[in-house]
Amino acid sequence: MLLIPCPYCGPREEVEFACGGEAHIARPANSDRLSDAQWSDYLFMRKNPKGVHYERWNHARGCRRWFNVARDTVTHRIYAVYKMGEAPPSVTP
Amino acid sequence: MTTQPYRLARGGRIDRAKRLRFSFNDRAYEGYRGDTLASALLANGVVLVGRGFKYHRPRGIMTAGSEEPNAIVQLGVGDRTEPNIRATQVELYDGLSAASINCWPSVEFDLGAVNGMMSRLFPAGFYYKTFMWPPSFWMKYEYFIRRMAGLGKAPDAPDPDRYDKTFAHCDVLVVGAGPAGLAAALAAGRAGARVILADEQAEPGGSLLASGETINGQPAAEWIAAALAELASMPDARVLARTTAFSYGDHNYVQMVERVADHLPPASSPGPRQRLWRVRAGQVVLAAGAIERPLVFADNDRPGIMLASAAATYVRRYAAAPGRRVLVFANNDGAYRDALALLDAGIGISAIVDPRPDPGAAIVAEIRRRGIEVLAGHVVAGTKGHGRVESAQVMKLDGDKVAGAARSIGCDAIAMSGGWNPTVHLFSQSGGKLRFDAARATFLPGAPVQAIRVAGAANGATSLQDCLREGHAAGAASAADAGAAGKAGDAPQAEPATPDEPAMPIWIVPSVKPVGEGGKHFIDHQNDVTAADLQLAVREGYSSVEHLKRYTTMGMGTDQGKTSNVNALALLAVTLGHEVGAVGTTTFRPPYTPVTVGAFAGHDQGDLLDPVRKTPLHGWHEIMGAPFENVGQWRRAWYYPKPGEDMHAAVGREAKAVRTGVGIVDASTLGKIDIQGPDAVELLNWVYTNAWNKLEIGRCRYGLMLGEDGMVMDDGVTTRLGENHYLMTTTTGNAARVLGWLENWLQCEWPHMRVYCTSVTEQWATVALNGPLARRLLAELTTDIELDPAKFPFLSFREGRVAAIPARIYRISFTGELSYEINVAPSHAVALWQALMAAGEKYAIVPYGTETMHVLRAEKGYIIVGQETDGTVTPHDLGMDWIVSKAKKDFIGKRSLARADTSRPDRKHLMGLLAENPSEVLPEGGQVVAEVKDRPPMAMIGHVTSSYFSPNAGRSIAMALIKNGRNRMGETVHVPAGERVIRATVTEPKFFDPEGKRLDG
Ligand SMILES: [Zn+2]
Repeated sequence: MLLIPCPYCGPREEVEFACGGEAHIARPANSDRLSDAQWSDYLFMRKNPKGVHYERWNHARGCRRWFNVARDTVTHRIYAVYKMGEAPPSVTP
Repeated sequence: MTTQPYRLARGGRIDRAKRLRFSFNDRAYEGYRGDTLASALLANGVVLVGRGFKYHRPRGIMTAGSEEPNAIVQLGVGDRTEPNIRATQVELYDGLSAASINCWPSVEFDLGAVNGMMSRLFPAGFYYKTFMWPPSFWMKYEYFIRRMAGLGKAPDAPDPDRYDKTFAHCDVLVVGAGPAGLAAALAAGRAGARVILADEQAEPGGSLLASGETINGQPAAEWIAAALAELASMPDARVLARTTAFSYGDHNYVQMVERVADHLPPASSPGPRQRLWRVRAGQVVLAAGAIERPLVFADNDRPGIMLASAAATYVRRYAAAPGRRVLVFANNDGAYRDALALLDAGIGISAIVDPRPDPGAAIVAEIRRRGIEVLAGHVVAGTKGHGRVESAQVMKLDGDKVAGAARSIGCDAIAMSGGWNPTVHLFSQSGGKLRFDAARATFLPGAPVQAIRVAGAANGATSLQDCLREGHAAGAASAADAGAAGKAGDAPQAEPATPDEPAMPIWIVPSVKPVGEGGKHFIDHQNDVTAADLQLAVREGYSSVEHLKRYTTMGMGTDQGKTSNVNALALLAVTLGHEVGAVGTTTFRPPYTPVTVGAFAGHDQGDLLDPVRKTPLHGWHEIMGAPFENVGQWRRAWYYPKPGEDMHAAVGREAKAVRTGVGIVDASTLGKIDIQGPDAVELLNWVYTNAWNKLEIGRCRYGLMLGEDGMVMDDGVTTRLGENHYLMTTTTGNAARVLGWLENWLQCEWPHMRVYCTSVTEQWATVALNGPLARRLLAELTTDIELDPAKFPFLSFREGRVAAIPARIYRISFTGELSYEINVAPSHAVALWQALMAAGEKYAIVPYGTETMHVLRAEKGYIIVGQETDGTVTPHDLGMDWIVSKAKKDFIGKRSLARADTSRPDRKHLMGLLAENPSEVLPEGGQVVAEVKDRPPMAMIGHVTSSYFSPNAGRSIAMALIKNGRNRMGETVHVPAGERVIRATVTEPKFFDPEGKRLDG
């Protein structure tokens, strides 16, 4: 179980959070002009890296704020948390 | 009552003044406080304690700790009985009762032992090879397998004990309170760190409890006492005995189970029986010690054959003799020290058999000086005995074979040692990789991934001095890393020890006959896996350790292969011709030792398992005798039976009353979200499929919410309460999900929107009047609301007073009848309900529950999200194209509706189904097939989503999702239901008032 440092509340147990998957996927504007392949890329395709993953988390049983986490998918080490709208920090594992 | 013939006259940490009575297999015995069940049985000369899992061969006590594979018992009686408990970990208490498992009918006379004679029927993979076909025989197989295999009985009554859970935080968690762990805890605590020291045994000390060594010039026991006293004097050091750290998760999350009261007679202590500790540790020091390796020789499973260190532990710590003439079979010097401990206690040593050609350490010389024969370059090639080992067949080792004549040496116990395996389980669980150390012939911790240090025997240390030094260093370094600035002091000092000579790895001990013929070389004693089984599996092509494990079941018992895994891995490597260690290890998974389910449940059981949500009218429903239905966490009144009525009769009466008079229903559980802000309408336009710009203040609109994949996610009515103020309703079960959905989009995608969403589900109680007489009834109770349909039309909202109670009234309908949903503060709900019931008496008002609500909406063909939909259903599939805006440029899910798959014309469509026999109700969830065959498989074209007997249609009705359904109108389809097949006709999903004429009453 992870210990996640909510940028608004501080470190809390993973049970208080919900994971929202890969971060920084903007909903495409003009979706009507996208091909099926482009749309399904937005809808279904995710990076699933071995290593640093930028992902969204929601402090659902706390402050209910969404924020971003840079987490290593192998070691589960959390390198950084940062607020929605902020640019992902560069992380060197 | 028998005496204790194998109890030594002096010594041990037992309290001879405290006699304890206990029973084993219904026979009475006596032991002392401080005994384990295993030591007490040995003291009483009981060596046959169980039977093997597969061959039902007699088995004895093999170890003195949590690694025990053989001596597992059924502990306790009645609703407290517990299966598969290691006798080596059970502390004796007065009145304890235990029994063997794997025995039928008794441990001495066991029918299953015939399996041993037919062992060719039980080769590696016998489950897979034998119990395959036909599937209907599985029930019969299972009956016999369970009966024969035993593996204990679960209690059949609820667990009467209480369990507790605790979260804890510390700077340094030390796992294991042997010499390394105690030294680590002392160092960390002195430095000022907050320390938790946990140990699985009854008292801290680990191997020191059975040691004759000295530390800092004190006997080990005195040093332990001094160390514990010093820890107790520290402000923030906690020592937990009887506490097993069994799981190591991410971010140094360690779970431990404390056996608070297991050492006491049942129900004799007021506190919890066990406590689950969930520890978040800044740093972890793993000082879990090591487990001795058995030697794999022919018939190495007879009762009386045990680990050499266990034999010494029983003698030194418990004053229980494992035998009177013990033969030692070992490949290392450590076992000679164990032999010395036995000699010092007056126990005879028949011989020491050592495969090393020329062992020359000082301890060997000392043993020889005491007149003990050391058979160097020899091995035990077999054993004999009935119920207990009686002799060992000792032969000269010649390469990988035995040579010369066998010499039979009489003995009543064999103390064996094949070296040591560090207890690296938690290190491996922490993500750290293991490395094979050829010199020690075992796996050692490699580089850590988390903040963990391994010290002492768990790190491969063999001398007491090394354990103390490593433990102290690890404790000091952990404290420093955790930010404690104090001084850790000096490491405790042991007497210098003369170095041991290297051990000689011997992974399989040869016998006269090839492996697999003649005697059995057991590797995994608990699951009865032999060296021959492993070699057969390798011949059959299983060369990966993980495959081998599953195929042979090696290491898959409740002991998780603590004594067997490394032997098995080494034998696999040797058989494959690889270097030992090259085949890797199987995965170490939690728990380290089995954990009672009760410890995980803690207080979260019964009424405390999950929160229960009750509406403000719950008490009234109860008084009326309504059964309740669970809808998510809510309890909803299901129906209101009158005396003598069953559900069918009650629902028939309620459903008719609503359509002919007036019914009243508690709809308070409906999700309600208050949405405010200048951009509220933009949010609605995004999350609903229809357009919201033109909704006037005071009007309501039905909306369908899609996921971005175009599938229906929720539905509900949203009302415009003011200029920038809306009230959204959701389905009962989806309220939290929809609020989260809105917040997700607002925070992550549209942070520019000025909108606030607030859950107000519990701020409003909702009472709905339904039926043609609803207006007449309501008119009697309100003076400030115009009820004329021209002034208060369908899909609109008014504020006013009902029975003098401030109320919001919505004209929305889930029945197709004239309907008013009256919302009041929860504290007024009962008053409102009673006023409506009183005034409604002359209209024969009828309260109805969720079942009637479902029947009524199904009569109209209204969907329930989650019943007609399952996450694969689009608005088009539901025939609800009318609610999908063509004009809006975009909304959540819009693009997906144009994907090739979602725009297929032959998707499953929501249709009506009318059974040919109108009194027959189709089974909900029943598969719909076009063509019936004698038996499955049949091509499934859909399934029944809702099915009821409709009192108002006077027949059964059903809705179903049917492939290409709208092009099957009028076709006959079939619904197999058990032995029968029900024929039904495909129709529109509308069964009552299809034109919708009744909404205004
Ligand atoms: Zn938070």
